[in-house]
Amino acid sequence: MDSGNIAWVLVSAALVLFMTPGLAFFYGGMDRNRNVLNMLMMNFYCVLVVPIVWVGVGFSLSQTPFDNDFIGGFDSFFLKDITVAGDGMSLAVVAFLGMFAAITPALISGAVADRMKFSAWAIFVPVWSLLVYVPVFKWVYGGWLGQRGSIDFAGGTAIHVNAGIAALAAVLVLGRRQSAPTPPHSMPLVMIGTGILWFGWFGFNAGSALAANGTAVQAFMNTFLAAAAAGLVWVLIEWLRDGHPTNLGAASGIVTGLVAITPAAGYVSGPSPIFIGVIAGVSGCYAVRLKHKFGYDDALDVVGVHFVGGLVGSLLIGFFANPSFFDGAFMEGLFYGGDAKLLLEQAIANGAAIVWSFALTYGIMVALKKTIGVRVSEESESGGLDLAEHGETAYHG
Amino acid sequence: MKLITAIVKPFKLDDVKDALRAANVQGMTVSEVRGFGRQGGHSETYRGAEYKIDFVPKVRLELVVDDSGVDAVVAAIKSSASTGKIGDGKIWVTSVDRLVRIRTGEEGPDAI
Repeated sequence: MDSGNIAWVLVSAALVLFMTPGLAFFYGGMDRNRNVLNMLMMNFYCVLVVPIVWVGVGFSLSQTPFDNDFIGGFDSFFLKDITVAGDGMSLAVVAFLGMFAAITPALISGAVADRMKFSAWAIFVPVWSLLVYVPVFKWVYGGWLGQRGSIDFAGGTAIHVNAGIAALAAVLVLGRRQSAPTPPHSMPLVMIGTGILWFGWFGFNAGSALAANGTAVQAFMNTFLAAAAAGLVWVLIEWLRDGHPTNLGAASGIVTGLVAITPAAGYVSGPSPIFIGVIAGVSGCYAVRLKHKFGYDDALDVVGVHFVGGLVGSLLIGFFANPSFFDGAFMEGLFYGGDAKLLLEQAIANGAAIVWSFALTYGIMVALKKTIGVRVSEESESGGLDLAEHGETAYHG
Repeated sequence: MKLITAIVKPFKLDDVKDALRAANVQGMTVSEVRGFGRQGGHSETYRGAEYKIDFVPKVRLELVVDDSGVDAVVAAIKSSASTGKIGDGKIWVTSVDRLVRIRTGEEGPDAI
C-alpha cells in the first residue's frame, strides 16, 4: 500500500471537481449579464447529475469487464463489488474519473449559451454522458481505439475533442441567437475562472498518472509550460494583429494550451510542451474566427478552443511522444525515432470519436427538439434566461 | 429657482464636487449615465471580433439653485469639469416651478 499515491489521487480528484466552477466563471464572465446565472447553473448542474449517473451505471459501462472492446459491463453498477480493501485505490479511481465525467458535458454549455432551454439541458447532460461520453471513454481507455495503439493521457480525445465536436452538433440543431453577440459582461470573472481552471488542471493531468511518481511530475511540468506558451503566443498575435494584448486573449490561450497538453501530458518531455503550447495557441487564435466565416453560433468558442486544442494536442503526440524518457510502453513519435504509425492511430482514434460524438449528439438534440423543444421563447431570450429560467437576477440594483 | 443639469466626465466628479462646495452649494444629486455625443463610442476587440461600444459612461449632476446663484455655479462646473478635449460634456439650466423640502414642508427658495 502506497499512501502517497492514494493521497495524490484524492487531492487530484478534488482539483478536477474545482475545474467545473472554474469553467462556469470562465464562461459566465464571457456571457451577457442577464444570462450569467443560467450559464453557472448549466455547469453546476453537471456536478449534480453526472456523479449519480457515473456511480450508478456510467463507471461500470466505461470500464468493466475489459473483455469487450466497445462497452463495459454491469458488474459495478452502484459500486457493486468495489471495496476499500488494500489501499482503496479502486474506489479513489471511481471518484477521480467521476470528476472527469462531470466536467465533460459542462464544456458544451459554452456553445449553447443564451438560448437553450434548461429543461432540455437537464435531459441532455445525463443522456449525453451515457450515450456519448461512456462509450468513447471505453474505446480510448482499454477499448478498440486504445488497443490499436493510440494514446490519450488525460482526455484529449475522450473529453475535449468529444465535447468540442458535440458542441458543434448541438449548435447546428439549436440555431443562431436572435440578437448580435455581446462583449464579455465581466472580464474579471473570466480571469478568476481561468486561474481556477489552470489550478485544477494540475490534478486533471498530473493526477492522471494515478500515482505520485515521475510521470505525474512531468505531466505537472507540461501542464505548466504548455498553458504559459499558448497564452503568450495568443496575446502576442492579438497585440500585433488587433492592436492590444487582451485579458480574454491570455485566458483563451491558457485554456487552449491546457486542452492541447491534456492528451500528451504523460508522453512528452523537455521543450515539447512549449512547442505544443505554441502550435495550439496559434491554431486556437485563428480557429475561434471560423464561426464568423461558416456561420455556426458557437457562443463562447467551445469548438475553437476545446475541439481544435484537443485535436491539435492529440495529433502532435504523433510527433513528440517520447517513450524512452518515461520508460513507457507506447509508440515513439516522429521526432523521437518513430514512424508515422502513432500519428495515424491518433488520427483514427480522433476520427472515430468525432463521427460517434457528432452523430449521437445531433440525434439527441433533434429528439429533444421534436419533443420538449430545445430553445427558450423569444421573450425569454431577449429578456434574459436568468429570470425566465431560474427566477433569479445576478446583479440587483 | 433654476435646475442646473450637467453631464461631465466621471473622473472629473471629485473636482466638480469640490468646486461646488467652494461655491457654497448645499446639495446635489449624482447619477451614473451612458450616452453619446460628438465623442461617439469606441470599439473593443474580443477573440478577433470587433464590438462597437456606442454609449460612453458619464456622470450627470443635478442641483437646484436660487436665480442669483446660477452664474457662479455654472462657472464653477465649467472650469472644474473642463479638460479641453472632446467629451467634456454639457451644462443646461431650466426653470423650476415649485420646490418642496419634504421634512419641513418649506417651499420655494427656502427649500433649497
